[in-house]
Amino acid sequence: MKRWISFILLILVTLVPLAAFAGEAVPAAPTASIGLTASNIWMMVATFLVFIMHLGFASLEAGLTQSKNTVNILFKNTMIPAIGLLTYAWFGFNLMYPGEFNGFLGFAGFGLPFPTVAGGFLDLSYNEGYTYWTDFLFQGMFAATAATIVSGAVAERIKLSSFLVFSTIFVGLVYPVVGSWKWGGGWLDSMGFYDFAGSTLVHSVGGWGALIGAIMLGARKGKYVGGKIKPIPGHSLPLATIGVFLLWLGWFGFNGGSVLSADPALVSLTLVTTCIAAAAGIVGAMITTWTISKKPDLSMVLNGCLAGLVGITAGADQMGLNSAFWIGLIAGGLVVVSVMTIDKLRVDDPVGAISVHLVCGIWGTLAVGLFGAMAGVKQFATQLIGVGAYGVTTAVAALIIFSIVKATMGLRVSEEEEFEGLDVGEHGLEAYPDLQLGTAGKGSGI
Amino acid sequence: MKKIEAIIKHFKLDEVRDALNKIGVQGMTVIEVKGFGRQKGHMEVYRGVEYEVKFLPKVKLEVAVAEDKLDEVLKVIQENARTGEIGDGKIFVSTLEETIRIRTGERGREAL
Repeated sequence: MKRWISFILLILVTLVPLAAFAGEAVPAAPTASIGLTASNIWMMVATFLVFIMHLGFASLEAGLTQSKNTVNILFKNTMIPAIGLLTYAWFGFNLMYPGEFNGFLGFAGFGLPFPTVAGGFLDLSYNEGYTYWTDFLFQGMFAATAATIVSGAVAERIKLSSFLVFSTIFVGLVYPVVGSWKWGGGWLDSMGFYDFAGSTLVHSVGGWGALIGAIMLGARKGKYVGGKIKPIPGHSLPLATIGVFLLWLGWFGFNGGSVLSADPALVSLTLVTTCIAAAAGIVGAMITTWTISKKPDLSMVLNGCLAGLVGITAGADQMGLNSAFWIGLIAGGLVVVSVMTIDKLRVDDPVGAISVHLVCGIWGTLAVGLFGAMAGVKQFATQLIGVGAYGVTTAVAALIIFSIVKATMGLRVSEEEEFEGLDVGEHGLEAYPDLQLGTAGKGSGI
Repeated sequence: MKKIEAIIKHFKLDEVRDALNKIGVQGMTVIEVKGFGRQKGHMEVYRGVEYEVKFLPKVKLEVAVAEDKLDEVLKVIQENARTGEIGDGKIFVSTLEETIRIRTGERGREAL
């Protein structure tokens, strides 16, 4: 009986206030148009796709490095989206999109002050293609990719704590500030510099960080011995292949979402140019590696796919099929030559991040002035200025951050730790504790 | 009793096992091993750089046999592991002092 009374009381307590409010004039929630709803759904799908690129990067990097460092690689790649999203929410988004500003540096304040209409509802007139929240999350997923690029180049020897400090500053401050120059409506945007989805803003920025990091760290022990290059093969090419396919999938969102609406013609064109360039990148890399090395190297072909994707990213909405093909094919060839050249220069980049993201990022950015709807001498010159401005600023910023980290915390793990592997050294954990590796069974069935 | 250690190519293992089964060999131990002999290593290419793989993977099987069976077993292993190419492997024979079946405590020939 008591239970019944309390149940009825509960209903009364819940419903009475509702009844009391029913007479008040509640401001109607703004109704979204079908166009905005549809477009916003696509932008959220694109956000999911960019998100999955982090798993792609994690798999690729883990696959192309030794099994004794797998936990460390996966740990870094788990921390990066976390750091990227949190810093972006706290201040990065408002550094990158400060609204009206001097074109070099602006800040719209901490946190995410979402625009509202009367009644506290989200202002849907924010943009025709997406809501404020979608905008933040899509751009936030992008931000973290720039730091992930660095992770691969410094793998197998950088101290975890030092890497985390570098990444926080790099993705929290450097990426959004230089990003505002173009996507935030800054000085390079006013000049006519074009970078559709980030060949420069994301990939080259990450690539410069990767280059400076790899140089300052020095090579892995045993990589360059007595004037000779000794390859350190990655422990799982299947994992690397999964990673590249995940990245390719993610690129549908990376480029397709960069249309910033669900514009049917433009989004579908962008997906076509993106895939044509990826395919051409694979073929370009295959031809190049087969010609130079006499054997077609899978790891190079995987890099070729990413090279094509990075290459098309700056102008994915400006290209026709032929242009996309040539941009991808050249990127695929370029990445193979670049990997071998960087190796000869004794810069140790275990996964080819510098070649894929920096070299092909620059190539893709310049390609906007050479191919497609915007091609022209003036545009090419503007693209060069953009590449140079990003290069100098990002490289100097990375140099300063890495130098401070090196002076205060140190950059490299000890030689013993590097030999034993960072999994045990940094994390006290092994990735494959119950597998005996290194006794390659060739189909013996035992 | 004799202990036979045969280092052979992986893909020959099934043939050798089946052939030994047919002549009544009832047990063996198989281990993944690496090493080199006259075949030496071989060259591989990774990301445009050639390098020598100095130790090649092989499989080693260990069989304990009674002395009167030795020649037959050696012949069967040799016939079935052979391709005629360099790198077919090697067979080592040594004297085995004792064999004990853990479950029953049988010793010597009885335990084989």
